[in-house]
Amino acid sequence: MNELTAREIREGVATGSLSASEVCRACLEQIERTDPRLHAFLTVDREGALARAAQIDRRSRTEERLPLLGVPIAVKDNICTRGLRTTAGSRILEAFDPPYDATVVARLRAAGAIVLGKTNCDEFAMGSSTENSAYGASRNPWAPDRTPGGSSGGSAVAVASRAAPIALGSDTGGSVRQPAALCGVVGMKPSYGRVSRYGLVAFASSLDQIGPFGRTVFDAALLLGVIAGHDPADSTSAQRPVPDFTAALAGDIRGLRVGVVRSMLEDGVDEEVARSVLDAIDVLRARGAAIVDVPLPHARFAIPVYYLIATAEASSNLARYDGVRYGFRAPGTDNADLRTMYEQTRAQGFGAEVKRRIMLGTYVLSAGYYEAYYLKAQQVRTLIRQDYDAAFEHADVIVTPTSPTAAFKLGERVHDPLQMYLADVFTVGVPLAGLPALSLPCGFTRDGLPIGLQLVGRMWDEEAILRAGDAYERDTTWWKRKPEVT
Amino acid sequence: MSEFTTADVERIANLARLALTDEEKILFARQLDSILQYARQVCDLDTSGVAATSHVLDRQPADRPDEVRPSLAETQALANAPEPAPAEGLFKVPRVLGG
Repeated sequence: MNELTAREIREGVATGSLSASEVCRACLEQIERTDPRLHAFLTVDREGALARAAQIDRRSRTEERLPLLGVPIAVKDNICTRGLRTTAGSRILEAFDPPYDATVVARLRAAGAIVLGKTNCDEFAMGSSTENSAYGASRNPWAPDRTPGGSSGGSAVAVASRAAPIALGSDTGGSVRQPAALCGVVGMKPSYGRVSRYGLVAFASSLDQIGPFGRTVFDAALLLGVIAGHDPADSTSAQRPVPDFTAALAGDIRGLRVGVVRSMLEDGVDEEVARSVLDAIDVLRARGAAIVDVPLPHARFAIPVYYLIATAEASSNLARYDGVRYGFRAPGTDNADLRTMYEQTRAQGFGAEVKRRIMLGTYVLSAGYYEAYYLKAQQVRTLIRQDYDAAFEHADVIVTPTSPTAAFKLGERVHDPLQMYLADVFTVGVPLAGLPALSLPCGFTRDGLPIGLQLVGRMWDEEAILRAGDAYERDTTWWKRKPEVT
Repeated sequence: MSEFTTADVERIANLARLALTDEEKILFARQLDSILQYARQVCDLDTSGVAATSHVLDRQPADRPDEVRPSLAETQALANAPEPAPAEGLFKVPRVLGG
């Protein structure tokens, strides 16, 4: 039962060969079995999920066409769920009970999906390993002494460990794609503006985008179709028609131009990762794709630009956590002065990485440094975008590794933040340019750790990367492997 | 050259309304210094005449009519407050003015 994809569950429930309650119970049992070891979930809504599943089993005929009918889903804990605690992995939101659903959650519910619970993540989505969660790190199902990646690590673990067929994460600098790669599942960052951010706990507003996880490209495309589309509640959500993403998965990529950035495969990439990516390029070529070399001359500046811009935006967004309207207030400060209350609340409510990023962001926005750092980073962001524009004149999709290494050990990088940032080399450029990108399994290391392939597309052209990813998946079996822990 | 001193950390923490311990000040000075050393490579890049990108969406969203729409009830808006005053419909904060 836990091996079923979202597509299979939906079909089974719609035709009556599966009961939504049965599927839901199987997921809840898998969570009970694996979560004590993996810690993918921060909150499990057992009662709510079973009640909704029972409702779906008594559904009316009009509901039978719903695109996620009876499909259980795990939701990252920085996405608001009405009446279901939403912490964003932070102590400062430990008791936050959202009075509304994020638009994506409302769309999931309307599509017949069943929210199983909320998944662990780095605090405010700031991190690449889930080790910055105030509630402890999640573990990689392929090697429990290693991180699942982050920040949406819990969602990736939930899907890889068969606790949920699909999940939602959020991606600011790679937070869906990198954990997908490290856990051997499919994850996608849509084009900026494709999916509403209403109800997503804000980190860096010009970069944040909610994205789908699944075990197959089809499931990711199916989920994307449900959450995509204009939302009047998010002024940055685009007024563009949403195509049927699953219809793009025809398997035919003859003539598709696949861009390869050779220089990015030569330096600082683990040998086994580079090998797997080159093999994946051969698979695409054998299916009729044309392989072309493209340069991205400013790609090496993506990490500094990203960390200057994202922290600046974060320092501004996180000003709202002041112990007044919602969230934690430092105990014993009611009779102090207001400033002490603010400073103590934020000191006790935020973890180390969040404080570090608020500090860095405040610094680069402060008088005397704004032009040198923040404005400069915005100009280099333009150069990075122009690189992609130029590359997409010769290519339809661009292929890179998702992460330069497979999953790293827990604790290995926590004491050196810069080292942790450098692992984002392949993912941070994409959101700076607003582009869609997909990560999918393309191999395993000798130690049995998954390796991820990243496909980057033109703005609004999710279909090209989904089509290429699906075509690759048809000729490979990596996605079928399952971790022993299951 | 060390760019980021503990005095800088104190100045920035003050702007960011963060109370830091002495250990945190020393640690953040060291870590932020190393991050900024690394980030400084963008400062050497010639960007004269390059426009800044603050946002990737070309077309800024259109205005909409200023209409009253349903929103959270007062009790809902206060429900997550650490110190709500529901009878008055207020958030309580420490004294701001006077002594």
